Amino acid sequence: MSVDDVRGRLDGLFERDVTLVLAVLGAIYLAYVLAGVAFGYGLRGQLNSIANLTFYIGAFGMLALALNLHWGYTGLFNIGIVGFMGIGVYVTALVSKPPVAEGGAAQVGGLGLPLVVGVVAGVAVAALFGLLVALPALRLRADYLAIVTVAFSEIVRFTMMSRTFQEATVPDTIDLTVAGVRLFSFDPAADTIGLGGGGGLILNYTDPLEALLRLLFLWEPYLGFVAFVERNFIPNNPKPVIDGVVYGIVLLVCVGLFYLLLSRTGKSPFGRVLKAIREDEDVANALGKDTDRFKLTAFVLGAALMGLGGILWYSGRGSITPPSFRPNITFFVWIALIIGGAGSNTGSFLGGAIFAGVLYEGPRYVKNLVEAAFELGDAPRNFGEAVAPLASLDPVPFLVYTLDSVSQLRLVIMGVVLIWLMHNRPEGLLGHRKETASSVDLSRPGDDGSSGNPAAADGGETR
Amino acid sequence: MSISETYVRYRRTLSEEPLAIGVVLVALWMAWSLASGLATGGIRISSLASLVWDGLLRGLIIGLAGIGLSMTYSILNFANFAHGDYLTSGAFAGMATSYLVAGIGENSVGALLLVGAGGSVFGGALGIGVTTSPAAVVLGALVAGGLTIALALFIDRFVYKPIRDESGIALLITSIGVAFALRYLIQFVFGAGVRGTTASGSVPRVDVPAFDGTFRVTAHDVTLILVAAGLMLGVHLLLQRTKLGKAMRAMSDNEDLARITGIPTERVIRTTWIVGAGLTGVAGYMFVLWKGTLGFNDGWLLLLLVFAAVILGGIGSIYGAIGGGIVIGLTASVSVIWIPSEFGRAAAFMVMIVILLFKPEGIFSGRTTA
Repeated sequence: MSVDDVRGRLDGLFERDVTLVLAVLGAIYLAYVLAGVAFGYGLRGQLNSIANLTFYIGAFGMLALALNLHWGYTGLFNIGIVGFMGIGVYVTALVSKPPVAEGGAAQVGGLGLPLVVGVVAGVAVAALFGLLVALPALRLRADYLAIVTVAFSEIVRFTMMSRTFQEATVPDTIDLTVAGVRLFSFDPAADTIGLGGGGGLILNYTDPLEALLRLLFLWEPYLGFVAFVERNFIPNNPKPVIDGVVYGIVLLVCVGLFYLLLSRTGKSPFGRVLKAIREDEDVANALGKDTDRFKLTAFVLGAALMGLGGILWYSGRGSITPPSFRPNITFFVWIALIIGGAGSNTGSFLGGAIFAGVLYEGPRYVKNLVEAAFELGDAPRNFGEAVAPLASLDPVPFLVYTLDSVSQLRLVIMGVVLIWLMHNRPEGLLGHRKETASSVDLSRPGDDGSSGNPAAADGGETR
Repeated sequence: MSISETYVRYRRTLSEEPLAIGVVLVALWMAWSLASGLATGGIRISSLASLVWDGLLRGLIIGLAGIGLSMTYSILNFANFAHGDYLTSGAFAGMATSYLVAGIGENSVGALLLVGAGGSVFGGALGIGVTTSPAAVVLGALVAGGLTIALALFIDRFVYKPIRDESGIALLITSIGVAFALRYLIQFVFGAGVRGTTASGSVPRVDVPAFDGTFRVTAHDVTLILVAAGLMLGVHLLLQRTKLGKAMRAMSDNEDLARITGIPTERVIRTTWIVGAGLTGVAGYMFVLWKGTLGFNDGWLLLLLVFAAVILGGIGSIYGAIGGGIVIGLTASVSVIWIPSEFGRAAAFMVMIVILLFKPEGIFSGRTTA
């Protein structure tokens, strides 16, 4: 076996997306476990840290995949992601929160329907708003569409915050009777419904994980498993930790489902038209495709997935408040997509994972690591107190202040990374992975379509 | 045009433009409810006047900020999402100068330069205001413009210039990165707190009579109008009377053609940044002086309204930016007559969306950069 042969095999191995994804995830998790060891975490601490990381990898992975359908496949410049997320989770809350009489202290009630109904309603309403935005806006140029979508997401946030929709009393008993069957009815008088205004909503429905496991008839076995862990590994109350880990796994499964759905969509005739629209809408139009319809469908599907992403992200949080739905989240998802490379589903997920592990959660871990390693004392209260000692060549206060402001600085880092990417790797870290609109291999005859050929990347997705 | 033609046209409009009809109906309803409100005394003329006054001033700020955005949008061909943070930068640079000029000697220089981060100095105590400390305000405005120019040129040199030939979307995404980096660097240095910057109690004010009451005009309102009008006139003269304006218009029409004709495109771009960023910095400073508070998010929160104004007026047109700014400002302020006050900004965005749908080239279309 020649050296070239070995190299070819190695390249082949690395070209396999599964290997690549596992390698990146492995590296991120290893780093977090090592950091946990450095902190002196026990099993509980490690699991908590892993659960948190998995949660964000799952959340950003899902949203980046959904955005990839908009931007990577269809070329729709949507920067209103957070609006659809917010609509999804708020509608879920409205539908599934118990009426006030049952909910106790919670200030605003809901319809009290099962969580499954709430999730379906949330996704449906997010899709509906996707349609509402897309119907007029898809005619617009990319940069106008961007401004319209971000304005839309801000209008959504203003609505969440407004006093007008804060609370409305449901006037009388409302019975929905279809063919003699009473579907639901409200307790009158005390029942209120609304978006909760600036104070947000308390999500006092069944825990989403519990609802899901009950739906799958896995709740009893799960409780048994928790008891088993309690007996053998983590004494006293391991349930929150295990909940976190299992919820993270659920999110990863959802990412897998998103991936399957979107890569199937991408390879279908429908998906090929989307890619053709991205490359040149006029040509696609000239070939007899009703591009408006295709764009509309893609936008609505993506909006629904973003709604679901928002529901999965926030519905287990205990409460939701409007400030969580600032445009920053939208830009986070964009950065994740650009890291991975728009146009490739594998790239989108990898971008989401790298963003979550390195840029979103990473700086905090670095801070904690440094604080664990050195005895640093209190941080200066403001920049002035941090800089003043620099004159006497004492950099410690400045460094401590920098560490202490890591939650702001990580956004600076994100911005710089985004600029760097746009300068050096606008096609994403994976390189040219944009899927072509063609259904046949566009590579030249005689070229076996291995590494470095952009056209071959189309088939590279599921190998 | 014969009657039947007109009739056919209206029928076509009815069937093809349901949205347009909706807009017209909403406008009719608004006019009716305003008229009946005024007639029955439900809406007082003086409160309407004070809303209009507020909207006009807000609109001047937005318009002033919009000129810079409009110029870079048409000449560099991308929507600069970092523009709002240029406003914030100008505001902080200018206010730091004003604090320093007004408070030097009695307070620590560091606290003054950080615009009283963490409550170390208060603008009210320093007596910042156009009548109480005119030198500080003038210097502040100048430094705001100057530093924003320097910042914009620096960012252009290291961020935008290397990817000048990329698509507008690539530049737009890059500008989002710039916006993040700038905004949170400002927060890192100046802190997250919103501070009061002016001695709002000691700003002279007059109550202007308006039929059934009065509305208030302060010295800062007047300053804002004077500065905005002066700068707009200056830009008008610059673009109309100098070769630069012609070169800019040529570039925004067709950059390649402009270069072939011998227009030094890079130099025009630099001048565009200088003029645009200077106006933006001053606008940011005037905004903060006028509203009396300063936070690291101010510019970003204003940005979408500025975009709305620029799109409304037609990208590239400075008169459009000013006119659009005033329309947007008035919409955001006066709309509270018809809708809950939380939705003032939402109404301005809706106006922008409606304009984009029906007249994407803007209401003052047909002109670029002049």
